[in-house]
Amino acid sequence: MAEEIKKQRPPLDPNSAKYKLNMIAKKAYDDAFAAKERGELVGWCSSNFPVEIPETLGLYVCYPENQAAGIAARGGGERMCSVAEGQGYSNDICAYARISLAYASGAQADEQPVPMPDYVLCCNNICNCMIKWYENLSRELNIPMIMIDIPFNPDYEVSDSEVAYIKNQFLDAIRQLEEITGKKWSWDRYREVMEISGRTSRAWLEATATAKYTPSPFNGFDLLNHMAVMVTARGKLEAAEAMETLLKEYKENHEKGVSTYRGEEKYRIMFEGIACWPWLRVTAHGLRDRGINMVTTIYADAFGFIYKDFDDMCRTYAKVPNAINLEYARDKRIKLCKDNSVEGLLVHTNRSCKLWSGFMYEMSRQIGKECDIPVVSFDGDQADPRNFSEAQYDTRVQGLTEIMQSNKEA
Amino acid sequence: MSCYTMGIDIGSTTSKGVILKDGSEVVSTYLIHAGTGTKGPGTVREELLKSSGLTNEEIAYTVVTGYGRKTYEEADAQLSELSCHAKGSHFLFPEVRTVIDIGGQDAKVMKLDEEGRMTGFLMNDKCAAGTGRFLEVMANILQLDVSQLEEEAARAEEALKISSTCTVFAESEVISQLANGADIPALVKGICRSVASRVGALAKRTGIEEKVCMSGGVAINGGVREALAEELGTEIEYSPLAQLTGALGAAIHAYERATAKERKDG
Repeated sequence: MAEEIKKQRPPLDPNSAKYKLNMIAKKAYDDAFAAKERGELVGWCSSNFPVEIPETLGLYVCYPENQAAGIAARGGGERMCSVAEGQGYSNDICAYARISLAYASGAQADEQPVPMPDYVLCCNNICNCMIKWYENLSRELNIPMIMIDIPFNPDYEVSDSEVAYIKNQFLDAIRQLEEITGKKWSWDRYREVMEISGRTSRAWLEATATAKYTPSPFNGFDLLNHMAVMVTARGKLEAAEAMETLLKEYKENHEKGVSTYRGEEKYRIMFEGIACWPWLRVTAHGLRDRGINMVTTIYADAFGFIYKDFDDMCRTYAKVPNAINLEYARDKRIKLCKDNSVEGLLVHTNRSCKLWSGFMYEMSRQIGKECDIPVVSFDGDQADPRNFSEAQYDTRVQGLTEIMQSNKEA
Repeated sequence: MSCYTMGIDIGSTTSKGVILKDGSEVVSTYLIHAGTGTKGPGTVREELLKSSGLTNEEIAYTVVTGYGRKTYEEADAQLSELSCHAKGSHFLFPEVRTVIDIGGQDAKVMKLDEEGRMTGFLMNDKCAAGTGRFLEVMANILQLDVSQLEEEAARAEEALKISSTCTVFAESEVISQLANGADIPALVKGICRSVASRVGALAKRTGIEEKVCMSGGVAINGGVREALAEELGTEIEYSPLAQLTGALGAAIHAYERATAKERKDG
């Protein structure tokens, strides 16, 4: 029987943004393992928790959402979800939570191991399922949980009273972490981190905004990978440098008329929702084979955290995508669609994320109407492969393509 | 010289085909209860040619559509069933702006503009409720053929409520109603209403614009058509060619492509 021949990819240029960004993501895991081995405490942290706090304190934290995405993308999602379901967790619960809870209970995940936590940092500005997930981690592992409550914002602006409410919790989280880890908070170091985070964010926002050019200098699926660094490491100097490299590359691509998107860019769409990680290749190829480039997502806007001081940082964390009202969230997306000449919207109805998928039914209708573009949705999941049907996805994407083609011809 | 084109719609449970002359005259149709993965699609082509007296060479262009479109190799092009049902429905009812297609394993609602171009669509999620498969399962429990459901529903004086959306749970519900001596016509009417309620919600989400028509295999069932008309508060257009609408649309697309190619080639 013939042996399978794996295509060898050429090694990445160490000066390229992709290499640098990959290394930052990898180093974060390596550093956390090394810290654990040295006997230092390691935390698990939710994705929209203010990363500036652990960064300023010099703590090593891992992000269960990123770990779960990595496990799912490498084929371990169903196995881990099944472990959690066997422990009594409903398959209606977020698949990231199921994977994380399975891992915490001792299930092995060679796809993306992380050191076990000594404390957990939870912030509910991404979703409220996070609270119960982290409470269970805390209880099962008998470790402290630091909880920050950021209320859902029904207005466009964040009120001073809300800022005060959040600020007191941030300060209390710092105090608790000082107690737990023995590390000391430094305002000078915080200002450094804030500046670096701003530098990283500005480069990211500018890089993603180059999608306004036709053709876009990048394949939008790149953003799904690069955003991991924006979520976890934007306060690190190497992240700022890597994002500036990314911006430089995208600008050069535009000047040369080239793109990381392979093939002719016939159609430009916005992709809505978390990636369908277990079926990333299928979903990406379904678009690429038809000449569709996903030029933008809300991630392009969501992880650019620019603020001028601690109070302003509190305000920024109350304006992340899942913490804001439908109209504000809609307007952000309409701007992305218009700025980037989007011709269609593809919505991932993500079974794991009731919050995000729930408001998209109405929001996507309003976006489609305002931008005069077709809106198509497909069923899937961010980490549980059982919630996706390739044939259904294909028909929907083909239908979207046929409408976009017909619009071009009209 | 006449231009003959063929449209083939390969569904999950049936294969359908249409030959058109000059994009407007139906020359031949064929339907077989054998869908993708069977010999059905090949038989459709053979039977269409046989009944029309045409040869393969005389077919200027073939478009294939439906669930099995990707694996059929005899066509010049493949298109989604969405575009084909839209095109076929516009041909049958030029004033239609909303098309509801219920097939073997999916339900879709398409919006058309005045020229019959599809401007948007919605499809059911990963669930068999509100599809032809749901009706098949229910008919099977009642020991009826799907084609008998219309007649049974027409005899009902009332409709029994089927609460479960899920096909499997609805099956249990129907069985327990039968065990309690439920009236079969009333049960069938309730089953038709259950499908109409599910698909009606999908249609309402798109924003119903009149006129409305139904296509696909389930359109043949007058019980579902009536229940859906009641659910949406509007009349529903229906053609005896409903089940062939996708294949018809594919044949029209084939004609447009064949003539465009001819113009291009000079």
